[in-house]
Amino acid sequence: MSDQQSTTTIEVQEELHEVAGHEHHDDHHDHPEPNFWNTYVFSTDHKMIAKQFLITGMVMGTIGMFMSTLFRLQLAWPEQPNPLLETFLGKWAPDGVMDPNIYLALVTIHGTIMVFFVLTAGLSGTFSNLLIPLQIGARDMASGFINMLSYWFFFASSLVMVASLFVTSGPAAAGWTVYPPLSALPQAIPGSGTGMTLWLVSMTLFIVSALLGGLNYIVTVLNLRTEGMTMTRLPLTIWAFFVTAILGVLSFPVLLSASLLLVFDRSMGTSFYLSDIFIGGEVLDHAGGSPVLFQHLFWFLGHPEVYIILLPALGITSEVIATNSRKPIFGYRAMVASILAIAFLSFIVWGHHMFVTGMNPFLGSVFTFTTLLIAIPSAVKAFNYITTLWKGNLRFTPAMLFSIALVSTFITGGLTGIILGDSALDINVHDTYFVVAHFHIVMGLSAIFGMFAGIYHWFPRMWGRRMNKKLGYWHFWLTFISAYGVFFPMHFLGLAGLPRRYYTNTAFPMFDDLADINVLISYFAIIGTAAQLLFFFNFVYSMFRGKKADQNPWKSNTLEWTAPVKHMHGNWPGALPKVYRWAYDYSKPGMDEDYVPQTVPIKDGEEETH
Amino acid sequence: MSTLLILLVLVLAAVVIGQIVRIFELSTAIKGVDENEITERDNDWQGLLMLLFMIGMLGSFIWMMFAYQDVVLPKAASAHGSDVDQLWDISMATILVMFFLTQPILFYFSYKYRGKASRKADFVSHNDKLELVWTVIPAIVLAGLILYGLSTWHQIMFEDPEEEPLVVEIYAKQFGWNARYAGSDNLLGYANVRNIAGVNILGVDDTDPNAMDDIVVGTEMHLPVNRPVVFRFRAQDVIHSAYLPHFRVQMNCVPGAVTQFKFTPTVTTAEMRTDDFVEQKVARVNDIRDGKGEEPYEFDYVLLCNKICGAAHYNMQMKVVVETEEEFNNWIKEQKTFAESI
Repeated sequence: MSDQQSTTTIEVQEELHEVAGHEHHDDHHDHPEPNFWNTYVFSTDHKMIAKQFLITGMVMGTIGMFMSTLFRLQLAWPEQPNPLLETFLGKWAPDGVMDPNIYLALVTIHGTIMVFFVLTAGLSGTFSNLLIPLQIGARDMASGFINMLSYWFFFASSLVMVASLFVTSGPAAAGWTVYPPLSALPQAIPGSGTGMTLWLVSMTLFIVSALLGGLNYIVTVLNLRTEGMTMTRLPLTIWAFFVTAILGVLSFPVLLSASLLLVFDRSMGTSFYLSDIFIGGEVLDHAGGSPVLFQHLFWFLGHPEVYIILLPALGITSEVIATNSRKPIFGYRAMVASILAIAFLSFIVWGHHMFVTGMNPFLGSVFTFTTLLIAIPSAVKAFNYITTLWKGNLRFTPAMLFSIALVSTFITGGLTGIILGDSALDINVHDTYFVVAHFHIVMGLSAIFGMFAGIYHWFPRMWGRRMNKKLGYWHFWLTFISAYGVFFPMHFLGLAGLPRRYYTNTAFPMFDDLADINVLISYFAIIGTAAQLLFFFNFVYSMFRGKKADQNPWKSNTLEWTAPVKHMHGNWPGALPKVYRWAYDYSKPGMDEDYVPQTVPIKDGEEETH
Repeated sequence: MSTLLILLVLVLAAVVIGQIVRIFELSTAIKGVDENEITERDNDWQGLLMLLFMIGMLGSFIWMMFAYQDVVLPKAASAHGSDVDQLWDISMATILVMFFLTQPILFYFSYKYRGKASRKADFVSHNDKLELVWTVIPAIVLAGLILYGLSTWHQIMFEDPEEEPLVVEIYAKQFGWNARYAGSDNLLGYANVRNIAGVNILGVDDTDPNAMDDIVVGTEMHLPVNRPVVFRFRAQDVIHSAYLPHFRVQMNCVPGAVTQFKFTPTVTTAEMRTDDFVEQKVARVNDIRDGKGEEPYEFDYVLLCNKICGAAHYNMQMKVVVETEEEFNNWIKEQKTFAESI
């Protein structure tokens, strides 16, 4: 291992050299003999690490999605015995009826897994790793070793999270936001015992992984761009990953501190978040703490986290839409500016999750103001995507379809954000299904569509094969239709005042006429889950038996398609490619083809665009 | 057994898909085309599907707006609630306009500009004027919504009613509610969980003279109509959220802190029961309940918990009755004061 570490350091120094001097790479030193362990397991190669992130993320995603199917069964057919529940939940579903505590555990772990393990590590981890070095023209990440560590911390974190599902008292069940005192007191809910301890351990490992990864991405983008790859020639994917990494590095440490203080309160008798509590027939010693402090710390990460999830998906979409429209992305500079504006604003809006916590109403006004401002750069992005399609020559690959779907859900979910960001309106829909609908559409669906777009688009780059088109189409349409089918009707549940995280809605007769809507939603959820089988099948099948792909199957401009697909360390066999233009010269008049790779020098008399 | 069956079904499904893919690949191999290349026919099909999806989506959305219009909450039963509803309607109208403008354009462009081998895309990289327009217009619209929203928020949170509000403490615990009326002096006695003992379930300080006339109730609370009321919220164990959807009122109950919300109920329970919208909703609910052999439902205002608080979070409720001043005075006279109960 230490051997590997030292070679990695040397490599990086050499690469830094090479960026300046373009010497040949592979002549300089010997790599350790490739074997199974350092190729597939403890690999320091960014392409392999990307695959590791992707597959781990997909496994976690399967667990998270499956959990949602289980609790949708309970919501549509509350307390009716279901052999499926008994099979999968065992003692937590005696006679096939789900236990209320396990219902809460399922929604908690579903949220945690989807937000962090799938849409943060699975999405950003996969595509930042795969694309940053390849699209900026670097041999690898600045530090391959730290990059490897980043994956293994993520892997360990996933293991701990999955292990927490098997503890006797059940996994964490206080909601994915783990607000204390509920998350601090095992007397309040069984999941706050060992399950919650493991949740905190897992998240701590996760934060380490996110920080190691993020620092690496930032350093790599800043230092290892190949000759000619100025910041303003970066593809929007890289801009998105770069800004995402900055967001993560600035906000994840705050979540770590929030978690640490929670650990202290749980095990060392401190009172950061706890005060005046009477539970289980006795008064606790804690005094002077504030549960609202935790919420401030949590959402200081939590809100940027939304954009940590969303920006990479938007970056991927920019690339996929431009390539498949055979047209430059519309308003490149405005796109970069809006990424930066969204990123900046994302740090000063966290209080909109806390309008009704009893926080000073004046703060509510401030957060309403900053929150609604985010709609402006978001609108610019949406308009720019639409205008990119305008007068394009659209090629409907499955990736392109998912990207268009992303724009649709980004608009739909973004618009309801204008309602929820308004403190006066939030009062009555806060924590109702209106919120569940909003964030699933704007963040969940958009990000997962972005991730699917990325997988379909870069599958040939990862495995040298193509995914099956027909299965891709089926997967897309079933997913897209059922996604809207699940989340659109939820708005109306929220307007009926239905709170989220209710094990059943039967305790209130006023919700009785919502039962049909819940059944409808669950049917769509089941169809949507089943549709993912097509994807998994396509993924695995194509990995081994898919049709071999050309090096540049989409006729794309970016650098990753100039490198051979064969798994090799250093990405380009010869010198690093030189960049002469931006990434979006599609259908440029006066050129022979409808695409001009970034490595093609500007012709005599050609005007450089953007 | 069922596990085995499920696994079997999954395996079979995979095999079936695999075979279909194989057949598809072989048949296209015979025809000599690359089956994964996107053809013009694919573009036509997918473009058409995009258009159909748009029609289906917008159509079903409009259908839902009609079909589900009676499941939503009835008109607001509080003074500020009507302002909130008006703000809601205007904001909703704005976003619906945006929705019905942008979604059709997105899907229509997808259809219209579906790829053809004979065509080439226009090379348009940016247009400063256009981009300025669609930055400035949302900015102006949002400025309007922000100002309107903030003024409503300000009225709700900061403006003091002319009349002195009735002071009521709402006390949350796993898994139920209590209300404590401030009594004839309209001042709540000091309370802390450390004083909880025996019948003093709210931990009221029995040395505080203000506490003696306080009135603690458990199963239902009453409020006089058209009199401002201020709720002071406390929680005993974990965070709860006091949610009174009919009044457009919500505030978290936080252990170790006291939060508050002021509002004025404007519609009595009796009046609300005769409201057309409510009558229809109740009739519909009772049809459903009748079918399941459950007790009939009568409309009541309700206080429910809207912050995850444990196993019975889903069933933490208290009935709220709004009535005339006279009825309220009669009711409150029958309740025991704190001094009487200890």
